[in-house]
Formats: sequence, C-alpha cells, structure tokens
Amino acid sequence: MITKMGGNKYSNLQLFWLVTLRVIIGWHFLYEGLIKLSNPNWSSYGYLMDSKGFLEGFYQMLAANPERIEVINFLNIWGLIIIGFSLMLGLLTRPSIIAGIILLISYYLSHPPFIGLTYSLPMEGSYLIVNKTLIEMTAMAVLYVFPTSKVIGIDRLVFTVK
Amino acid sequence: MNRRELLKSLATIPAVGALFYGWYKKSQVDTLLKKAIHSEVSLNAYNPIVDKNCSGDKPLRIGIIGAGARGKHLIEAAGFIHPEKVDKWKKETIQDKNTNRHEEYLKQEDLNLQLTGVCDVFDINAKNAKEAGANINRGGSEDEMGVAPKRYKTYKELLAANDIDAVIIATPDHWHGTITIEAARAGKHVYCEKPMTLTVPETFEVVKAVKENGIVFQLGHQNRQNESYFKAKEAFEKEIIGKVNLIEVTTNRNSPGGAWVHDIHPDANEKNIDWEQFIGSAPQHEFSLERFFRWRCWWDYSTGLSGDLFTHDYDAMNQILDLGIPHSAISSGGIYYYKDGRTVPDVLNSIFEYPDREFSLIYSASLASNKKRGRIIMGHDGYMDVGGKLKIFADKGSTKYKDDIKNGLISPDIPLYSYSPGQKQADAITSATEQYFASRGLLYSYHGEKRVNSTHLHIKDWIDAIRNNRQPACDIDKGFEEAITAHMGTIAYREKRKVFWDPDKQKII
Repeated sequence: MITKMGGNKYSNLQLFWLVTLRVIIGWHFLYEGLIKLSNPNWSSYGYLMDSKGFLEGFYQMLAANPERIEVINFLNIWGLIIIGFSLMLGLLTRPSIIAGIILLISYYLSHPPFIGLTYSLPMEGSYLIVNKTLIEMTAMAVLYVFPTSKVIGIDRLVFTVK
Repeated sequence: MNRRELLKSLATIPAVGALFYGWYKKSQVDTLLKKAIHSEVSLNAYNPIVDKNCSGDKPLRIGIIGAGARGKHLIEAAGFIHPEKVDKWKKETIQDKNTNRHEEYLKQEDLNLQLTGVCDVFDINAKNAKEAGANINRGGSEDEMGVAPKRYKTYKELLAANDIDAVIIATPDHWHGTITIEAARAGKHVYCEKPMTLTVPETFEVVKAVKENGIVFQLGHQNRQNESYFKAKEAFEKEIIGKVNLIEVTTNRNSPGGAWVHDIHPDANEKNIDWEQFIGSAPQHEFSLERFFRWRCWWDYSTGLSGDLFTHDYDAMNQILDLGIPHSAISSGGIYYYKDGRTVPDVLNSIFEYPDREFSLIYSASLASNKKRGRIIMGHDGYMDVGGKLKIFADKGSTKYKDDIKNGLISPDIPLYSYSPGQKQADAITSATEQYFASRGLLYSYHGEKRVNSTHLHIKDWIDAIRNNRQPACDIDKGFEEAITAHMGTIAYREKRKVFWDPDKQKII
C-alpha cells in the first residue's frame, strides 16, 4: 500500500525502525523539557554564557538581559515539550520536526565542537565537528523525508477522517 | 473508521505513558534523596532586621570625606550619582535597548538623605562629588539639579559644620582613625571604610571616642548584607559540617588594578592636590602622583594585604563563626612580583590560632595569580565553600553522614546544600576586579529575586540604625576585632615574629 503522504512505501521493518526513531527522539525532547519545567532554578543562562565559536557574542548578548532570558527559557521549555509530544504521538509531526531542527541547530552553533574550542560546562564523549546534537538533527531530517505519522500516529486520524 | 485504523493512530501512546511513569519514578527517588538531605540540612529563610522608621521624618544630612574611587561608589550607593555616569548609561541603553542600568539604579531605595558636605584633597574628586550631590533627581546632565553640597578644604572644617549629621569616610587608611575620632567627638555618625585603623594605639582611641560620644559607627564590610553568609552562619550553628578545625581564606588577584596599580588621573598635579593634607601624620615625602593614586602600595598610608583584603575575609568569617580576636598570629611573604617600589608585600600568608575554639584560620594571598582557591570552612563532617554562593559538601570520612553516604543518599561529590541568592537572575559582570568582588559576595546581594548593590544595603543599614537608635551590622566592637586581627597579621609580617593577644591586658604582645 502506498501511503498518502510523501508517496513513500515502507516494508514493516522499515516502518518499525522509522517510528522507533521518531518516538525515541520525541522521548528525548519531551524529557528534556519536563525536567527543566520541574526545576524552578533551571535557566539557560549558564549554557548561553558558555557559548563559543563565531556566534558566541550573539548568544551571550541573548543571555545578558534578565527579562529576555525568561522568554528564552519559556520558549525552550515549551518548545521541547510540544515537539516531544508531537513526535511521540505522531501529531502534526512535520512542522514539529522543522522546529526541532531549528532548536538543535541553535544548540549546535552555540557549542560547536570545533578545533580549539573548549567549554566550561562538561560534555560527555569526544567530538570533532560531529556531535550528538548534529546526529540527532540529521536523524530528524531523515524523519522529515521519511514521514510515518500518517501511518502510525494521530496524524492518521487527523488527515484521513476529513 | 475501523478499530485497526484507530490502533495504528494511537500505537505510540504507550511510549508516552512509559515516559511519564519513568519520570514519576525518577522524581520519587530524587524527592527521597532530597528529603534525606533536608532532614540533615534544614536551613531557614533569611530574615533581615525590619526597622519601623526607615525613611525618617526629615532628611539625614551627610558629608563625604575622601571622594576618590571608593568614595564615589559609596555616595552612589547612598543615592548620589554623577550625572555624566547616567549620561553614559543612557547611551548604552540607546545602543542596546535591553540594558538599562539607569532604570535599575532608580529602583535603589531612596534613603531620604542630603549630601551637604564634600571634602577631598584632590580638586577634581571634590568637584565630581559636588556634582553628584547636586543630582537630587538621579538624572543625567540635562535633568534638573538641586543645590550642590559645600566643599570644605579640610576635614576639620567639614566636621565643624552644623548642617551635617553623619559622615562617610573613604580616605586612605592612615586617615581612618584620626578622622573617625574627631567625627565622633563632633557628634557625627560615622561610616568608615575598612580597615578601621592604620595603627594599634589609634584603634583603642577610636573605640573610646565612638563609645563615649554614643554615635552610630558602621565599618565598611558590605559582606555583612549577603544572604549566603546568613545561611552559612546557620549551617555552622546547626553543626552541618560537624566540628570545625580549619578555615582557609584566600586572595587571588592578577591584574594591575587588583594589585593597587591604579590609573593616575591625567589632569592631576601639584596645584590641584593638597599634598600636605594627604600626608597628614604619615612620614614626609616629596609630591608623588604614584603615591597619591596608588597609596595602598606603601606602609606609610596603607595596611597592605592584611588590612585591605584580608579584613573582608576575616569579617566574613567573624560574621559566620564569631571568631573574635585570635590567640596568636604568624605571617610571611614578600614582594615577589610587583617590583614597582612598593613596600607592602604582594604575597602574604598568615596563620591565626584559636586554641579555645580548637581551630586555625589561614589567610593566603597572591596579587599575581588568579587561581581561585575560595573561602573554605572545614569540619569533620563536611566543608563549606562560602562566597556569593554557598556550597556545603559532606566529607568522605564523616561520622555523621557515614550511613547516608554508604546508602547512596549523600554523595561527597555533590553539594549537600547549595545556595545561590537570586539564582534565576542573569548578571553581566565585566571587569576582572568586579568579578573577584562578585564571587566574594561583595558587589551584589539578592533580596528575593531582586539584585541589590550590597554597599547600598550596608549604607542603608547604617542610616536605619541611626534613625532607630540601634547598632548596625558591623559595629564598633566588630570593627575593633577586625582591626586588631589585621594588625596582628601585619605586625607578625613586619617584625618577623609570632605575636600574641593578651585579652586581660588588652594588648598585642
């Protein structure tokens, strides 16, 4: 059967792993959001101030203002939660993937693992240019071109009922 | 729509359920851990003194004696800012709409003060202080100004004035004692910068003059207003770190400004500096801009590391631990980096003994290395790292936490307790010296979520104490302990010997 979205046809095994990838990335986003939401002292301030690379000044400028940082914290927490739900449930997945990729790009560029840059916040593992953020972002791009939410996900209801 | 369709649509919902179940279990474990720690470490919220009469019926009239770098900050903290500084802030706001230091400054409480007198031996400092004093609306150059305070050529004339109730003294160290004594005799309340005195004999005279004349005296240790220190005091009293046996405080600076090599004003010269008055009772010396602007580098005018920087750490520890005067002191060090003709050391190590309390206090300072060594109170069950932030760690060998550590409820690597005033606030602190002071809780304090200049709080405490006829946070008794302790450290260094405090004879021997 050919699905209505994107014209992709998946074998069961392909579908299983694509959905799994979508769900675990969603899980990661959702948990990152929830854990920040439940910690009243969490702030992106330290992370932003620790920025390095060519956009360092931009990120530190973002962090410099207490009111602005509140807005950034709010957007980040709820962005993570909404994207997480969306990926896990398969609801409006495509715009969420785009939003998620934008978030990940901004994380990546604030702490690029480039030669000669070191960070005071600890990072696990060793990276050269490619880090887990970049891999997760690439995986999301894969999910974007191999959509599954209209097969397994609430999008199936949303887009077929009408 | 059939059942199969519905199943496919909702197939991933169990994963969401699993996540929430996992989150719930994890937060249960975390809460349990926190509870275990809280039963050991329960600290109350900070309750500052609440005075009834804070703004006063009529304005309190103050004078500033010594309006240089520190004096300027003190009158700013009292509510008198130079209009050109506001102009600069306004420009910054135009460039970056999100910074508004002027607005932040306007939020500083109005203490209902009038700056009526200014005394400085350098004409430019005096002029700037007059202009700040006239800036009653705290605006920029284009805003309306009030009456400028009168400039007095000598501190004696200022102290004789009838329209001054209280004075802020921010002169070099060799003038602190003399001016405080004369101010007290003239019935003026005194806020004096640290250290309280340059010599031991004048320390006793200052105490006598302040007590006999019943004035309100505050020594300029603004750390007294920092919430972290209140918490640390409570933690110590609750014996969270067990029996304290060693206290280590340090100075770690590595910049010309940090080593007192301050800029020389380009327009300063023999004509606009009253050199004779600057020298006062210090040994005669020919006119020297270096000595005038970098006076902290010479014993003639300064108490060096012990008086200028150790006193902050000592007073912080005195606030937390009620140290009092030590039994004995030894010191050593030298001029190892700044070969600029200075006589005070740039590396100093002092050890103070408190045999009755069964602990030692170590002070170790370098003006040529930034390696942060913190300010640590060490006990058998744990240690406290005290600064702008307070962190308490359990010790691996602790008796008290032995079981909790074994059961994994407490980890020696993770703070048992961590307190950071105004944690959610973002700061943009810039210069290295500012950073140094901020890390030591000397720049800002937080009340609730609001960042407040701690010097402002310290001045406010003094003013409130005057209006409510009480003792301020760093009163004359605390000042006496501070001065004697610092002098013991200095004497031990200069005379290369161990010095003792004789509490019966009230004498350093």
